[in-house]
Amino acid sequence: MLSTSDLRKGTKLMIDGEPHVIAQFDFSKPGKGQALYKCKLRNMITGALFDRTYRSGESFEPAALHESDMQYLYQDESGYVFMDQKSYEQTTLAAEALGDQKYFLVDNMEVKILMFGERGIGITLPNFVNLRVSQSDPWVKGDTAAGNNKPATVESGYTLQVPSFVEQGSLIQIDTRTGEYVTRVKE
Amino acid sequence: MEGNWALTKKRARLEQRARIVQMIRAFFIGREYLEVETPQRLPGNAPEAHIDAITSDNSFLHTSPELCMKRLLAAGYGKLFQICHCWRDGERGKRHLPEFTILEWYAADCDYRRLMDECEILLRTLVAQEHFTYQGETIDLSGPFERLTVAEAFEQYATLGLAEALETARFDELLTLEVEPHLGRRRPTFLIEYPSELAALARCHPERPHVAERFELYIAGLELANAFSELTDPTEQRRRFDADEAERRAAGKPPYPVPEKFLTELATMPEAAGIALGLDRLVMLLTDATIIDEVVAFSPELL
Repeated sequence: MLSTSDLRKGTKLMIDGEPHVIAQFDFSKPGKGQALYKCKLRNMITGALFDRTYRSGESFEPAALHESDMQYLYQDESGYVFMDQKSYEQTTLAAEALGDQKYFLVDNMEVKILMFGERGIGITLPNFVNLRVSQSDPWVKGDTAAGNNKPATVESGYTLQVPSFVEQGSLIQIDTRTGEYVTRVKE
Repeated sequence: MEGNWALTKKRARLEQRARIVQMIRAFFIGREYLEVETPQRLPGNAPEAHIDAITSDNSFLHTSPELCMKRLLAAGYGKLFQICHCWRDGERGKRHLPEFTILEWYAADCDYRRLMDECEILLRTLVAQEHFTYQGETIDLSGPFERLTVAEAFEQYATLGLAEALETARFDELLTLEVEPHLGRRRPTFLIEYPSELAALARCHPERPHVAERFELYIAGLELANAFSELTDPTEQRRRFDADEAERRAAGKPPYPVPEKFLTELATMPEAAGIALGLDRLVMLLTDATIIDEVVAFSPELL
């Protein structure tokens, strides 16, 4: 069983027999009072989102899921298609099941697909992915203060904050767990 | 190879933080407070039902420097302040770090009303203007801060009144979800007159013993500080410690030894008031940061 201290963004719980993932999480607590754990949960089968608030002392059943090693093949109108590395069977995940993770898929990327029974319902990506900046405003001369950042969009359509010295066309590393910029990649 | 961007990008706020800490030190030194450092590893903390310490060998990291600060008060040090790291197990969120920085100050021959006045002066000194902006909201510091009793706040903002909230054990939940978001809007709010059940280490009002001389300061919905007219009655203090310790043990938490030295010396402590202020949250407000990670160099996940 899990306790409230295990609750965080990404924790997977079984609720009414169906797997759910915490999509948004906030801990709040009056200094001297009891903690509240505010969760936005996503049903991993239906995609339905709802809010639930838990209190210290509650316990949770972890979601009964297993992972299969798969390779990302392509996207079509049905969704994102992956192939099992052992059985060569294909599994399709809808865009909603991937959320922002869809922006970090690269052709032939090796990923882990979360299976609920026979059904693919989620994905674990490599921690880091390299993507090329397709659009970002040029560096403004004189803007040398360390710590300044600006928005950039990468080839997959994902927008994030990058340091001002990152130029359009640069290859950058992104942490897929947080969606944040890590570093420029030397080519 | 470029530097770690997650650290580099914090530079502007870390520079502002350093200036704020320097101004706080100058403020208290100028008002003849003595800066002290007390041990961060203790045999035990003041028992509190909902604050959990982190263990360190056979000791506990302090959750607040309160007990040692008050022992110094009892030994005749009249005005004291400390800026130190404290640890609270399991507290991690947008506004919580398990290791965070507290500013505490204590004054003999003082009460919680005079501490409220001093909070107002401190904030005006740090901001140096009549107002500041937090997340697009202007917070006015020019006039007196709002003073709202806990009973009034529940009446205005919560779905249950204070008495019902206490009876149904929903006080903390309603405070967090329904009351706090309304506090400190446009100007800071002192939430005052906590029910005596929630007095912690505060003295009860001499004429109205059902309320404690305790306040919390809120700005823009953020809980910034907790303060008391200090309880100086060792018998009553022991009774409250016993009740909190019983609640802790019932919840399966590790036992704390009774802070006997503190209780003995409390008998010689003068009338006093003390306050603990979350320094990281103050920096969040003054640098317009939405999450606490932005105002510390390292959050736990960066280690």
